Amino acid sequence: MNKIISKEYFSDKVVRLEVEAPLIAKARKAGHFVIVRVGEKGERIPLTIADADVEKGTITLVVQMTGVSSTKLGKLEVGDSITDLVGPLGKATHIENFGTVVCACGGVGTAPMLPIVRALKKAGNKVITVLAARTKELIILEEQMRSLSDELIVMTDDGSYGNKGLVTNGVEKVLNREKVDLCVTIGPAIMMKFVSLLTKKYNIPTVASLNTIMVDGTGMCGACRVTVGGKVKFVCVDGPEFDAHQVDFDEMLMRLGGYKDFEREEMEKLSKLDKEG
Amino acid sequence: MPNISEERSKPWRVELRQSMKVKERMAIPRVVMPSLDPVYRAQNNEEVNLGLTPELAVLEAKRCIDCPEPTCMTGCPVNIYIPQFIKQIEIGEFAEAAKTLKMTSALPAVCGRVCPQEKQCEAKCIHVRTGKDPVAIGHLERFAADYERESGNISVPEVAAPNGIKIAVVGSGPAGLSFAGDMVKFGYDVTVFEALHEIGGVLKYGIPEFRLPNDVIDVEINNLRDMGVKFMTNCIVGRTISMEDLKAEGYQGVFVGSGAGLPRFMNIKGENLVGIMSSNEYLTRVNLMDAANPESDTPVFKGKKVAVIGGGNTAMDSVRTALRLGAERAMIVYRRSEEEMPARIEEVHHAKEEGIIFMTLRNPIEFLGNEQGRVTHMIVQEMELGEPDASGRRSPVEKPGCTETIEVDEVIISVGVSPNPLIPRSVEGLQLTKWGTIVVDEETMQTDIPMIFAGGDIVRGGATVILAMGDGRKAAASMHEWLQGKSGVS
Repeated sequence: MNKIISKEYFSDKVVRLEVEAPLIAKARKAGHFVIVRVGEKGERIPLTIADADVEKGTITLVVQMTGVSSTKLGKLEVGDSITDLVGPLGKATHIENFGTVVCACGGVGTAPMLPIVRALKKAGNKVITVLAARTKELIILEEQMRSLSDELIVMTDDGSYGNKGLVTNGVEKVLNREKVDLCVTIGPAIMMKFVSLLTKKYNIPTVASLNTIMVDGTGMCGACRVTVGGKVKFVCVDGPEFDAHQVDFDEMLMRLGGYKDFEREEMEKLSKLDKEG
Repeated sequence: MPNISEERSKPWRVELRQSMKVKERMAIPRVVMPSLDPVYRAQNNEEVNLGLTPELAVLEAKRCIDCPEPTCMTGCPVNIYIPQFIKQIEIGEFAEAAKTLKMTSALPAVCGRVCPQEKQCEAKCIHVRTGKDPVAIGHLERFAADYERESGNISVPEVAAPNGIKIAVVGSGPAGLSFAGDMVKFGYDVTVFEALHEIGGVLKYGIPEFRLPNDVIDVEINNLRDMGVKFMTNCIVGRTISMEDLKAEGYQGVFVGSGAGLPRFMNIKGENLVGIMSSNEYLTRVNLMDAANPESDTPVFKGKKVAVIGGGNTAMDSVRTALRLGAERAMIVYRRSEEEMPARIEEVHHAKEEGIIFMTLRNPIEFLGNEQGRVTHMIVQEMELGEPDASGRRSPVEKPGCTETIEVDEVIISVGVSPNPLIPRSVEGLQLTKWGTIVVDEETMQTDIPMIFAGGDIVRGGATVILAMGDGRKAAASMHEWLQGKSGVS
């Protein structure tokens, strides 16, 4: 169960894992996530499903090794199994023919955007994808995105690849150029905040897929709560996608930082262990 | 199942009754449960109650006068044969007493620890009517179950020959386990589907180790396994597999015991500050994820000034956990008075012994935080008791102008739960109340969809382990009857 079938390094810190999970592969839709746990002392963390193959009975996860748990997951090799894997969770992305959709993604947010782009295309939308990263090495899934989208705009902070600038620069270029009916954004919270501020200015409806801290992922704990339109919502059961213009991103950023000190300590322990070999 | 009056007329019972005068039995004072020293136990996770010794148990069993009409049984949601198991303890047949418990309860060692006996069986004890302390039925139940477990000689209840009919149970908490236990005894092929990575539901993620050790639960779960119940973790019915999938795989009945998953918050200013969380989150981190253990990857805040909002068992579990994680001030903040607290009396008593601060007639109205968004203070409104409300408890009323600001670095909100929406949302045609609980026929626990039965908190909205178990038993009996009527199963 939950065996890793294939693994690919997108960069030092970003890996793609194809995991045996026939039931989840069959049940999942674009926008869904899973909870994974690695090791008997492991933490439960949420990850959006990047892809699935019903025939093979596998799902694809893209992992950025930033913390202890994502590092443990990312270091699993082909043939290893993920201790616990449960899903699909959350509400699926609302897909219909909106017209023209801008998909703004950054970093590993690109991975969960892939099935959304595919579904939007299938529903007849014109999809313009803005793919952003800090630097060239961190651009992932470019070819897949290019083949699925009507247009792909690549942005790097340092200008090492594509256009120099932030994801918002790329999105704004499109907004200035043509009529856009919807924007979908997935990436770091701070990035989604600025995409949201931008599209609000242009009055473009925007959906953000939030990546908050979770424990169970089934509505039980409330760790993932966010304020949307002045009301408290649970990302795991009410989301993960919300009207970005209603999301209190500042509060979300504050809550995401809640366990930073723990995370730093744990990472130090982990790197020490690594060195000791 | 034994016939109560036949059992009572058996020579050994008659002889035993005659061996001691009722008056003498009634004169024995109620046993006091031995417990760990409060100062010692507040620093670790060891179980607080130590259990009765055989001598204490036999003496306490003598207090039971073996009534012809045992009213205690009417107070038990799972109808344990109370006088029978107590009299078996009196004659030293402890293993037999455990077998008697297991006839109707899938989790006796659990119930002996967490049931609110003072509101159930013990409230109906004849001693109470004469103004005396009731027989300590809960302590005796725990004794018999522990005796069997510790003896290593664990009996597996008899099960009927397999009938090959597949039954699915959604959720492995007390409702689901109790249902599964009865159905497997009837001969069904029972599979329990659990969303989390461990079996036990609230018994595992909710109730702390110092009140209900995990190995106690695991032994009872293994007993169900030995009886033939199958378990599947990490599987959410309605998400991982659908009701249709279950039907297609030949399942003929489904019992939903998915629990009251969604924690309630107070919706007051500052409630989303860092360091404020639901008791579900706090207890799940500590109990299920073992977050207090340095080897665990899951973090948990170890606050020094911890306020727990609420007066139920979960609030007591949270505040006592906070104390064990090093809190210097662990406070219960409750809007009514101690008298109205829904927690078990023993939990309140233990909490007080351990040094928990009780701030009653106080209601938080705002939380304040620092620049990092971490909670630092809480403003509480003083309350006074007014007229009784719908629950019969006197309702708290604000005392105008009386507020105070309290320093806190962690706040646990324990003001109740709402039903988990996952199942109700994913099963079409299931009738729900406006609170999101599943509507069932109260007699049969059957929903609008005939093959689906439900019980526990997903029906009640937030109750106790034993009421959930009672629902499980009731649902098992009526599903069995329904299936017999449908297909002639016997």
